Amino acid sequence: MDPVAAAVRLEVQEAVHILSSSEDGGHIVSTLQSLRRYLGETETQAPPGEQEEFSRTHFSTVLRCLVGKLSPDWLDLLPDGQLEELWASFFLEGPADQAFLVLMESIEGAASPSFRLMKMARLLARFLSAGRMAAVMEGQCGQQAGPASRLLQETLLTRVVGLPDRLGNRLQRETLAAFFPQNYFPLLGQEVLRVLQAVVDSLRGGLDCSVSFLSQVLGKACVHGRQKEVLGVLVPRLTVLTQGNCLWQRVCWRLVECVPDRAMEAVLKGLVEAAPGPEVLSRLLGNLVTKSKKAQFVMTRKLLFLQYSCSTPVLQSLLGYLAMDSQRRPLLMQALKELLETWGSSSAIRHAPLEQQCYVSKAALICLAHLGEAELRACRDELLASLMDGVKNRLDSSLPPVRRLGMTVAEVASARLHPEGPPLKFQYEEDELTREILALAAPWPAPDGPSEAGPPVAPVGGESPDQETVDGGGPQAGREGSDSELDSDDELVPYDMSGDGEQRNSKTPAYVRDCLEALTASEDWERWEAALQALEGLVLKSPAATREVSLELAKVLLHLEEKTAVAGFEGLRQRALVAVTVTDPARVAEYLAMQFYALNYSLRQRMDILDVLALAAQELSRPGRLRRATQQGSPGPGSQPSVAAVPAWQAVVEERVRRKTRRFCKQGSAGRAAATGPNEFNAVAGYFFFPLLQRFDRPVVTFDLLGDDQLVLGRLAHTLGALMYLAVNTVVAVPMGKALLEFVWALRFHGDAYVRRGLLSAISSVLLSVPAERLLADLPDELLEARSWLADVAEQDADEDCRLLAVKALLLLEKLRDRLLPLSSP
Amino acid sequence: MAAPTPPPPDPQFVLRGAHSAVHALHFCAGAEGHPLLLSGSLRGLVHIWSLQTRRPLAALDGHGGQCVTWLHTLPRGPQLLSQGRDLQLCVWDLAEGRNAVVDAVRLESMGFCRASILADGPQRWMVAVPGRGNDEVQVLELPSKTLVSCLKPEAGARLGMPMCLQLWQAASSSRPSLLAGYEDGSLALWDVSTRKVCSRVACHSEPVMGLALDPWRARGVSGSAEKALAVWSLEGQQALQVRGTHELTNPGIADVKIRPDSKILATAGWDHRVRVFQWRTMRPLAVLAFHSATIHCVAFDTAGLLAAGSGDQRISVWSLYPPT
Repeated sequence: MDPVAAAVRLEVQEAVHILSSSEDGGHIVSTLQSLRRYLGETETQAPPGEQEEFSRTHFSTVLRCLVGKLSPDWLDLLPDGQLEELWASFFLEGPADQAFLVLMESIEGAASPSFRLMKMARLLARFLSAGRMAAVMEGQCGQQAGPASRLLQETLLTRVVGLPDRLGNRLQRETLAAFFPQNYFPLLGQEVLRVLQAVVDSLRGGLDCSVSFLSQVLGKACVHGRQKEVLGVLVPRLTVLTQGNCLWQRVCWRLVECVPDRAMEAVLKGLVEAAPGPEVLSRLLGNLVTKSKKAQFVMTRKLLFLQYSCSTPVLQSLLGYLAMDSQRRPLLMQALKELLETWGSSSAIRHAPLEQQCYVSKAALICLAHLGEAELRACRDELLASLMDGVKNRLDSSLPPVRRLGMTVAEVASARLHPEGPPLKFQYEEDELTREILALAAPWPAPDGPSEAGPPVAPVGGESPDQETVDGGGPQAGREGSDSELDSDDELVPYDMSGDGEQRNSKTPAYVRDCLEALTASEDWERWEAALQALEGLVLKSPAATREVSLELAKVLLHLEEKTAVAGFEGLRQRALVAVTVTDPARVAEYLAMQFYALNYSLRQRMDILDVLALAAQELSRPGRLRRATQQGSPGPGSQPSVAAVPAWQAVVEERVRRKTRRFCKQGSAGRAAATGPNEFNAVAGYFFFPLLQRFDRPVVTFDLLGDDQLVLGRLAHTLGALMYLAVNTVVAVPMGKALLEFVWALRFHGDAYVRRGLLSAISSVLLSVPAERLLADLPDELLEARSWLADVAEQDADEDCRLLAVKALLLLEKLRDRLLPLSSP
Repeated sequence: MAAPTPPPPDPQFVLRGAHSAVHALHFCAGAEGHPLLLSGSLRGLVHIWSLQTRRPLAALDGHGGQCVTWLHTLPRGPQLLSQGRDLQLCVWDLAEGRNAVVDAVRLESMGFCRASILADGPQRWMVAVPGRGNDEVQVLELPSKTLVSCLKPEAGARLGMPMCLQLWQAASSSRPSLLAGYEDGSLALWDVSTRKVCSRVACHSEPVMGLALDPWRARGVSGSAEKALAVWSLEGQQALQVRGTHELTNPGIADVKIRPDSKILATAGWDHRVRVFQWRTMRPLAVLAFHSATIHCVAFDTAGLLAAGSGDQRISVWSLYPPT
């Protein structure tokens, strides 16, 4: 046996013996002092060979012995806490990894709560604040990995990263602030930085170092979901340090490369999110995606296709990173192809939630903005093909946001892919999403060459012209004039000019029959317009005259085409048709509902029929409708400008009357009685409802509800739901509800989200309108079936609105049950 | 901007009793300083309204039942000039309650063009009236009725008939000028003494129906049958230049007037509405929707009253933004 080792062993054994048995303070201190020689840092150092032997073999034994002795009495053997200081110095100055392990072990082994536990926890906090964690990790950087040290590393790793959890478990509510994850992980980040600094220094000194332990720590912390805390400290510093420093960059790249595969996703996601832009990301990662398969998978597939949680700036720095280097650009091209393919696939449109579709669209547009003309031209045909597929599939969708998304992306992408061709232009209303997408279209600066100018801010499209028109709108003449004199004209307050509309012609027909004649036969377009505009008022004014020609009028209005560019044609026609339907509900509603399945109508007309029926039913079922109609009279065309003034004037008069009038009755009843009256919809609800249900499953040549015309089917479902809801408190509600539940049952697995929404709202209206007792008595099976279907939809449907509607319907069902239970229970 | 806009104003009062469409309006100071309003009707009558009692004081019948298109009073007398479509320019003596035609000038054009007058001395006036032929303007001197000049565009100009006239003399210049709006939508600046067109611009695509000039700012505004007002300026009293156009809601402007204090501008619209603008910036201030027929003429009082005469036989009088 090695004599050095034997000597050390002898001494340590003796010291341990003394420590564990002696009650004499002085003796203990001198023993400890002699042991401290092996730690160095004192005047009388032991020879290096002995020191090494001690720290390799005996240090943890000594520490465990010290932990074992810890008690209030033992510490009080010497006054002023001298002994405690000496005791702690072993942990704080000895080899950090062993000290750390013994600390953690003793904390986990200590009974809780106890004096020893608290002492050890405080000591661990001191250990952390003294920056010893850096020493723990640094110790692992120089070593070559052998099987034993790998085991040690594994243990250290779980302890280092799991420290907050372990401490939290042991200390419960007594835990110290230093061990809170939000405090610990930033500290860990700083320690990692310090170790990296040391690594860089020793590399400069020509020494070999490994950062794989640091990578593992980083990876594990990120897997634990602490990206924000750790990387929030690391990334800003690394951003500064890697700027123009190749060594730091290489260390950084190595750090990320060495992250184990299973943690790669967490680390990369955290880095992409924390990095302020593509340049920084490029400095931190280097060409990682070309070296590591896992990293490539994460960056080009997982973050783009399998998730959709990144914000737009994050997406921009991710794709910008791919675009910044010629080695990575093929990946960007590949990503764009796949993105557009996904974008164009009809099954993705049907099954992916809207947010994901937006995400994919944004990613594709950012790719387009990064790629140059030449690169795009190389595979333009392929890209255009998938783009056009997507546009077509989206335009077929019955959800407006999906259609709008298709239109905006098509405009932007085709302008980029095919700049020389005529620009594609759709009509759509702008909203936040379309504006954001349009803003993404601005091309980025040239791919090669160091563009350190920071992320270019896309110019916001529509604003500058707006500003111009606001400035230059009215007073083109006045401003630039030589008005040096101080005019007080600015005090002139304009009056309300909202009544200043286009002047109407005076050819307005005065009778319903005149209108009918003007609409069918007139070649005088001014008269035609005037007739259309006057029709609603005339119909409301003279119901008797209308009833004589109601069917003809409905027919004419249904077939009316927009022949002149009269403002609000659709609205005028619809209101007139609603007025006619309300005036003569039985005949007109039946006629319209029959026409819904007739041969020669456009989808537009069919949807108009549905809208008109719903609106007319709403009008009929409104309480107090008759009274209001008579009060209102018909608004003549001349009274238009003063519309705004009337309410104020009426309010003043009513206020005066109220003040000067004394009422001899109770205060409560002085107010206006709520409008009441029989529900007029009661008598005619069947005419509205049942013809619409009759033939939905029988396609005709021009109209196939169960096939291509799913948009109309969705409308039909919504309309039926609305009619059902409006039929509340009517006799016919029960058979209607039954029929509607059957309709829903037949269509419940329809692929289109809009149709499903309609069905779900129809269920809700059945639950609201049909009396609870009748529901249970007449339709128990249907209800049970509906309930299980609703539960399925609420959990699994891809469309968020569908899930929401299903949950609402389920709640209604619950409420129904709650209301019935007290009745049934004795 | 936080304050809500006030509701549209109502007329201060309405004068009824003209019994036919009102085509000409003119404010003047009556005896004892009471302001009067003169109106000319389609049936050829000139009504004199007292703004104090709001009743007609007299009705002058001098145009044989033909429409009275223009009225103007002269300080001497007081005398009244009235232009009618019976091709007469009558001079009335209104002093001390008299109302008799003392003189008349025979006109030579049946158009709708209103005359314009320039008082360049206490006893001498210059009147511009549409002249013989389609495109001619005559400038006469009153009371001598001598023809000062006859302004006829060059042969190939094809301006059409003159539609509105404005005579004026800049303070710096001794020579009177005439602004004339023509049927083709252009505006010409004539030097009356040399009988030459100084400048011409096409401000409208339809006939110019009315124009008003603010000599102080050397700027003016014109309205036509189309949907826009044109604002133009006189550079150095010599060159006309269009400064901008202002879109209106409905087409057709029959008359344009600027208030004497140059603050606001009123237009008489074919859409039955009077529009009021801030003259300096052309900011719309009010739309006066009271009448039920085309408005033919507007007039401003020196005290700030605005009168509008319409085809619905009523004259509305408004008090907007009283001058301080």
